[in-house]
Amino acid sequence: MSITDITAFRKPVRPVRVLTWTLLAMGGIVMIMPFLFMISTSLKTPDQVYDLRFIPARPTLANYAELFADGRFTAWFVNSLITSTIVTASVLFFDSLIGYTLAKYRFRGRGLVFIAILSTLMIPTEMLVIPWYVMSSHMGWLDSYWGIMFPGLITGFGVFLMRQFFGTVPDELIDAARIDGLSEFRIWWEIAMPLVTPALSALAIFTFLGNWTAFLWPLIVTSDRDLFTVPVGLSSFASENLTRWEMVMTGAAVSTIPTLIVFILLQKYIIRGVVLSGLKG
Amino acid sequence: MSFRDTMTVGQKRAATAWMFLIVPVLFFVVVRFWPTFQSSWISLTEGPMMGPRDFVGLDNYVRMFGDPVFWKVFGNTFKYLAIGLPVSLTISFAVAYYLDRVRFMHGFIRALYFVPYLTTAVAMAWVWRWFYEPVPIGLFNQILSAMGLPQQPFLRSMTQSLPSVLAPAVWAGLGFQVIIFLAGLRAIPDTYYEAARIDGVGPWTILWEITLPLLKPTLLFLIVVSSIGFLRIFDQVYNMTVDGQGGPLNATRPLVLNIYNSAFVDYEMGYATAQTMVLFVVLLAITVVQLRLLRSE
Repeated sequence: MSITDITAFRKPVRPVRVLTWTLLAMGGIVMIMPFLFMISTSLKTPDQVYDLRFIPARPTLANYAELFADGRFTAWFVNSLITSTIVTASVLFFDSLIGYTLAKYRFRGRGLVFIAILSTLMIPTEMLVIPWYVMSSHMGWLDSYWGIMFPGLITGFGVFLMRQFFGTVPDELIDAARIDGLSEFRIWWEIAMPLVTPALSALAIFTFLGNWTAFLWPLIVTSDRDLFTVPVGLSSFASENLTRWEMVMTGAAVSTIPTLIVFILLQKYIIRGVVLSGLKG
Repeated sequence: MSFRDTMTVGQKRAATAWMFLIVPVLFFVVVRFWPTFQSSWISLTEGPMMGPRDFVGLDNYVRMFGDPVFWKVFGNTFKYLAIGLPVSLTISFAVAYYLDRVRFMHGFIRALYFVPYLTTAVAMAWVWRWFYEPVPIGLFNQILSAMGLPQQPFLRSMTQSLPSVLAPAVWAGLGFQVIIFLAGLRAIPDTYYEAARIDGVGPWTILWEITLPLLKPTLLFLIVVSSIGFLRIFDQVYNMTVDGQGGPLNATRPLVLNIYNSAFVDYEMGYATAQTMVLFVVLLAITVVQLRLLRSE
């Protein structure tokens, strides 16, 4: 430990503090154990799987090559990427437009619209999936990107979050922009939106992650394996390869590594976003 | 003079507002409110998935309350809650309480606890399922045997399977709870602690008399969010049990999995929606209690 690290404690290093730190760090290592074993096993040959050595004796990327060989995982990736991206874009656009309208316009029916949207937060998805399924099969939306995406295109939570944040934008700024002759739409897009970027980035991250990891609805709406998302594809892939744990772990690793990379890159924003949306919502 | 020119400024603004809202309002009506209404209606009917449905009154509800499997999964659902909530909140509070005092590598340690929260539950369910396998495959039993302890059946046992399925759900949620607790702890002004210290109050008294009472809103928020999460458990059970059936012998099957099976395996939409109404009522009750408690603050 360097001098600066010691002074960072503010008080002199005491045994209790060292012990606390060690226990917390050990707990942290235990928390990431599943990832470490997942990656380690994905690098092993089938005969080494039972060898619990953490660093594989002869690490190999053969499992990854086999996993991507038939193109299934690639297709699932593309499906997840496209659907999650479009849903996120739609949520950012609509939720912030609604939030802004509800925060900054006075009109009859405003309270009613807000309460109605807020009340949808109490309806659990599990209750809606059956009518959604019936609706999708009538409309021919089963096994399509639209079918996977449509329930999440606008969210009550995002509206609530954005309304809170647009409430902090001063009215004077909007009135000044009106006097300058900007259209109402451009005032929202060019003046108000840049002022709420922390909320927008939090909403973007959580919407994307939520859709990337979503399981129940994509499982219901897709039966064509070419249209599976990553979690649904992984679930079916793992059930078929039950005895081949090195392949199951490779599939799990491939599904998890992108979110781990995103987390490492955006850690600061993600944690700030959790606090922001968690405590506000 | 066009219609637009005759409107007052206020009317123009209202027209703009409704122009912005028209698509979203339609969306909420078609994708949220109408299906909610439909769900309640379907629960009173019987019939094929796509064809005409017959009104059967409360038959599905009568059948549900007489169905031992329903009561089994109802009980399981509350077991997930009753075990998961206290265990996860105790661990996450302890971690947050001590992590709050740590400066050295604070961000890094916090990240270690948080990262499971962001990962796909399905992927992690399969990793845990592998951990629970018997020797020579599973990690846990290999560790037990290396320590000379007896082997455990874990997912194959009537009694151990439910906690075993719950463990990855608790594990994944800890990071979120830690982050929220840390924010709550930060919000308590230092002056309270300084005053207590000057009065010579011990650390336990400070924890019970100052920290916990001031954390009440944070705690309440976490209790509600986590309860709803545990009551809706599905991904872990579907992926960790044989054929996603919530076995052995329904020992791990939660309400949501039973709803899924009724609707999409047995194609009994009426019976499935009757069960979703129960889930809805339970979740609604929790939210209402939360709002009451927050208002009384």
